[in-house]
Amino acid sequence: MKRSPGRIAGFALKHLLKKPATIAYPAAKLEIEPHYRGKIQYNADDCIGCNLCVRDCPASAISIVNVGTKEEKKFECHLNLGHCIFCAQCVDSCRKGCLSFTPNIELADMSREALKVKL
Amino acid sequence: MSKITIPIGPQHPSLKEPGCFTITLEGEKVVNAVVGVGYNHRGLEKACEARTYIQDLYIIERVCGICSHTHSTAFCQAVEELAGVEIPRRAAYIRVIMAELERMHSHLLWLGVAAHEIGFDTLFMYSWRDREKVLDILAELGGNRVNYGINTLGGVRRDLEPQMADEIRAMLDIVEEQNKYYIQLALSETTLAARLSGIGKLSHEDALRLGAVGPVSRASNVDTDIRVIDKYAAYDEVPVTAITDDHCDVFGRAVVRVLEIMESIKMIRWSLDNLPDGELTAKMPRRIPEGEVFSRTEAPRGEDTHYVRANGTDKPDRVRVRAASEANWHSVKHMLEGDYLADVPIIIAAIDPCYSCTDRSIVLRSAAGERVWDWAALRRYGIEHYKKQGFDASKIKIAERKIIR
Repeated sequence: MKRSPGRIAGFALKHLLKKPATIAYPAAKLEIEPHYRGKIQYNADDCIGCNLCVRDCPASAISIVNVGTKEEKKFECHLNLGHCIFCAQCVDSCRKGCLSFTPNIELADMSREALKVKL
Repeated sequence: MSKITIPIGPQHPSLKEPGCFTITLEGEKVVNAVVGVGYNHRGLEKACEARTYIQDLYIIERVCGICSHTHSTAFCQAVEELAGVEIPRRAAYIRVIMAELERMHSHLLWLGVAAHEIGFDTLFMYSWRDREKVLDILAELGGNRVNYGINTLGGVRRDLEPQMADEIRAMLDIVEEQNKYYIQLALSETTLAARLSGIGKLSHEDALRLGAVGPVSRASNVDTDIRVIDKYAAYDEVPVTAITDDHCDVFGRAVVRVLEIMESIKMIRWSLDNLPDGELTAKMPRRIPEGEVFSRTEAPRGEDTHYVRANGTDKPDRVRVRAASEANWHSVKHMLEGDYLADVPIIIAAIDPCYSCTDRSIVLRSAAGERVWDWAALRRYGIEHYKKQGFDASKIKIAERKIIR
């Protein structure tokens, strides 16, 4: 390589004609990997209310409540998106496979209350 | 000539995180430097004691935003050793692949930051653009750009599918070509060499004496690479070469880092070709038997050590983390002295400092001087403090803890 100052000039000129490497988010759409850990999904039909997900959650963001009776159980999953760290440990902990993650990452809201969602 | 003392930080344009460097100048020359860290103490170690091992995994991962994988690997290794569990070979290989991808993105990040500190913003843009490619792969493998969450106690959480291996190979080809250009640039670009040579001198003897780790020590020709001297995960099979350099200055550190990216690319390719089949996790007990263990890994910044003490329950009794930057602060003080004020930002940046990783304890400073307190004294102080605010915490019972000397 020739030893001269401004050696990067050729490289810079070459890149002048290339497309930008950045994405103009949110105007342009952001491509999210299908494996990305976003908001979790809940399937109440398979849930047995073992609370393993609640026990393992590092951020105490998830809770499973029984809204039915003692005999006729009906579970609901409540998630605080403001607390959730999107580690998906609850998905790993669930023995029945009723929790799964989606690549949904656009979850921002102006109020804190709106971040407490029922799945 | 009269001396003048100036503070650099806690908020300063050249520092990316809060840290205070009190610099005493004689003209333009630094005659004394005092490193002050502790602005980012988050109480992570204490938080670990109140949570289960599984939950701690995610706290430990958040010790550092750049080398999150290496921290969780060190913690997992410690807990696995306490439980007497050996992880499957495939899991060990995936840990190595993640660790090397992380090293690549960390070194590309450093290259950008260092270029920015010396006013070479073109290189900063280029290296960060290439880093994005590595981050995309990490996001696909782990599920997140920064906190990959691939490690779990007893193995890894996600498999590396064949189509992902192809994507990694394609990315490696692009980054390798770019990196060859950076190596050429680092080794022969006269402006870069002129700016970085001879500043932040740390001789071989001083690096040993001050206990420098990682690329800082390797640039002073000290052969310390935990992947070589204390092999963990799959490094016993993956061929590793420790990169050393004898420039002993900031230029040497840049050379070591760009060459290490090449080494990482080689290692990832080798691991992908020789990835064994098998299980991803070994069965781990929830309660970890009593004992204490010390585990270390090679983070992109150097040696990262974790100490875990278990008491037979599902929560650890004590977790201690010493991140690589913490070991390098002594060298920073030594390197700053004798150099010019204009070189201070790049000398600090050359150790690739991670301030929040470093902050592990609080020293109370008052008119009576500095005091270091033990648990009992700290608890008494806390009770008194809250009593003044109208809250009596003395009735709350806490478990007896052994005091660590």
